[in-house]
Amino acid sequence: MSRSIDIVQRGLKRRYRAERRFQRLGLAAIVVSLIFLALLFASIVHRGHGALFQTHIQLNVFFDPQILTETDLNAADYSRLVKEALYAMFPAVSGRNEKRNLSGLVSSGAAYQLRDMVLGNRAIIGTHQEIWVPADDDVDMIYKGALARDSGRLSKDQLAWVDQLHSQKKIEKQFNTAFFRSGDSREPELAGIWGAACGSFFTLLVTLALAFPLGVATAVYLEEFAPKNSWTDLIEVNINNLAAVPSIVFGLLGLAVFLNAFGLPRSAPLVGGLVLALMTLPTIIIASRAALQSVPPSIRDAALGVGASRMQMILHHVLPLALPGMLTGTIIGMARALGETAPLLMIGMVAFIVDIPHGFTDPAAVLPVQIYLWADSPERAFVERTAAATLVLLLFLIAMNGAAVVLRKKFERRW
Amino acid sequence: MLTPATIVIAILLLTAAAYRIGVRRSLSVAGGAQAIRVLHSRPPYYGVLTALWCALPALLVLALWQALAGGVITHLVKADLPPEMRALSPAQFSLVINDIKNIINGDVPPDRVSPAIQTAAEHYRRLQQISHLAAAAVVLSLAILGLALVRGRIHTGLRARNHVEQLVRWLLAACSTVAIFTTIGIVLSVLYEALRFFKAVPVLDFLFGLEWSPQMAIRADQVGSSGAFGAVPVLAGTVLISAIAMAVAVPIGLMAAIYMSEYAGKKFRAVAKPLMEILAGIPTVVYGFFAALVVAPFIRGIGQALGLDVSSESALAAGLVMGIMIIPFVSSLSDDMINAVPQSLRDGALGLGATRSETIKQVVLPAALPGIVGGVLLAVSRAIGETMIVVMAAGLTANMTLNPFKAVTTVTVQIVTLLVGDQEFDSPKTLAAFALGLLLFAITLGLNIIALKVVRKYKEQYE
Repeated sequence: MSRSIDIVQRGLKRRYRAERRFQRLGLAAIVVSLIFLALLFASIVHRGHGALFQTHIQLNVFFDPQILTETDLNAADYSRLVKEALYAMFPAVSGRNEKRNLSGLVSSGAAYQLRDMVLGNRAIIGTHQEIWVPADDDVDMIYKGALARDSGRLSKDQLAWVDQLHSQKKIEKQFNTAFFRSGDSREPELAGIWGAACGSFFTLLVTLALAFPLGVATAVYLEEFAPKNSWTDLIEVNINNLAAVPSIVFGLLGLAVFLNAFGLPRSAPLVGGLVLALMTLPTIIIASRAALQSVPPSIRDAALGVGASRMQMILHHVLPLALPGMLTGTIIGMARALGETAPLLMIGMVAFIVDIPHGFTDPAAVLPVQIYLWADSPERAFVERTAAATLVLLLFLIAMNGAAVVLRKKFERRW
Repeated sequence: MLTPATIVIAILLLTAAAYRIGVRRSLSVAGGAQAIRVLHSRPPYYGVLTALWCALPALLVLALWQALAGGVITHLVKADLPPEMRALSPAQFSLVINDIKNIINGDVPPDRVSPAIQTAAEHYRRLQQISHLAAAAVVLSLAILGLALVRGRIHTGLRARNHVEQLVRWLLAACSTVAIFTTIGIVLSVLYEALRFFKAVPVLDFLFGLEWSPQMAIRADQVGSSGAFGAVPVLAGTVLISAIAMAVAVPIGLMAAIYMSEYAGKKFRAVAKPLMEILAGIPTVVYGFFAALVVAPFIRGIGQALGLDVSSESALAAGLVMGIMIIPFVSSLSDDMINAVPQSLRDGALGLGATRSETIKQVVLPAALPGIVGGVLLAVSRAIGETMIVVMAAGLTANMTLNPFKAVTTVTVQIVTLLVGDQEFDSPKTLAAFALGLLLFAITLGLNIIALKVVRKYKEQYE
């Protein structure tokens, strides 16, 4: 006949083992998700850091006055200047195919670079200039070591030429300013994120201008004025549901209403901003209501007690105290809007747009859509640029979320 | 050139003037700045009241004018077009209108189009100018009228503050209806196009059809592409990927939440929780890139090493990454629910000699279960509506399979592929996207309503 303490003692070891197992399982869950996070960042940094540098080739270009006839400098054959400079560097190259291979080392953007130089300063016509021009993306990839030499992207001759340039120190990696300064391009070595960044900026500006006042007004009304009736219940249910509607459905709304019914332009930051404003509105409303609720009743009572009207109490006392909380919610909503892609695909923001947008109705891409477009491109060099653009986007998001945290820390008040 | 923007600027200038006029007037009826105590409200309120009555009606009318003028002008231009152009079908006619608009915007040189369209464009431009002029006249006189009316009525007894507050209150109430209009807009726009789709394809064929191949033959003699719009395979793919995602997210998220709320020390929480939240803040397009670039090739490599036939767009890769995305969502909701369980329940179990894990498994979790189920339902609805990960990492062809190594497609992928690129709004192919959108909206709405009900009911239990 055993006492119950013995029964307990007998099972105790097993139970403690189970306890430890359970605890380790919980820790493992957290560790696993953090490993995923680390993996994600590591893989993106690993793939993207290369895009910060771009291989350039130094050419000695002769701005031949016979090619650059004064009549039409815009349409002159600048690519011939580039080719002539290359042929001069490798005089042994002959034959059409070989010559074509040789000129293939340099990006087609080199011609535009020369054109801009000539249009900027006509005095250089007739002179020799040492110029660094971007290399073609395959040369870039192989020179950086991102592609194997025997990948077949470059011919044996081309590899030999690159080696020769390397020994002459006429090829080197330079900081990739084009990536941060230009718009999209079919050529990876010329493609940049500035156009998409501008598009994102204009889109977010529209979103902010609409969603913040509307969200705050709605929150103030619902929290401070609305009578408790079925109408306000309906509004609340709507807001909660909108917060959970898939973002792509907002895109369908934008397509059907803003584009087809109102006839607004496709691919425009204006429409993108409108759609994203409707999408972020619930986030801002919910955050603003929480901020209003956190203002203690004593503040309200004091204001009313000295004779303020309800509106004065809210505008002069409650709103300023709730504003940091509302701003925090707004920044987080904006960060979500900045990363949102799916609804923008619906309203035609996936077009290939080279020009930098200058206004709210210019066709534009936004950063996440640019990432999506580049991720679809087959060129190896675009993988690097996609990852780099992702890094830029993540930096923006981290900055925004960091600002929200700082704001919260700075203005958080314990009543 | 008189554009709507200049009219708005004019109104705003008038409004600023109205504010000053209102303030001045109130001071003068009071008899100077020393005597403002005889006024019912402080002078700025008289200014704001004047400004509001100056700006609001004018802006409202201007907005209405802008919304309606385009249609009226198009109608008038159409009436003046040569008869053979008026007889065109609506689709072709919209092309003509497009031409006209392009000429007016200067996107197309006038010599590229026929003389009839040139004259029409000229006509359109003239009408547009007349419309702008008329709008300016009406709106500005309305603004001045409002200004003058309020100014005339300012006297010492005018309850300006109460009027202003009432107006602001109405403005706030109007803002709060935007949420309702958004929902109505979503339902109507999706429903309208979906109903057009259901005219071409019966509802039952759509809901229960077992084949999905939305490519329609352009010519009757083309082979093989008659277009089949059965949503079942698409839904099956969505369910498969969501199930994989939940299989990843629920155990990890739940265990993470349990550890965070029951075991972790303060310092650990302070570090680990924000890090987990970063996972929630990463844009989905980044997850999609990660899935397509890293996870899918990795899974394919493992599969090949094991001798399995793994598609490069396997459901497993998309589902796995989607699961990672949802982990923080599940864990933060479960965290809330676990924290809502009263401490007394834990103390009771611990007092009876249960270990902590036994307390959690046998007391806390059963108590929190309804709430956790609600949270999981919300997570499911998010997984179903998730777009970018599956667009970038899942396939395009609809396969009815439960094999996670095969490529499947989802509702959101189909919507994107049907709507990105050239659209004709009279082909079932494009309209099918809206039918799928309706389906998606209905499913997620249902899930959300159930989930919110469950969560709310559970929360009430312990409050």
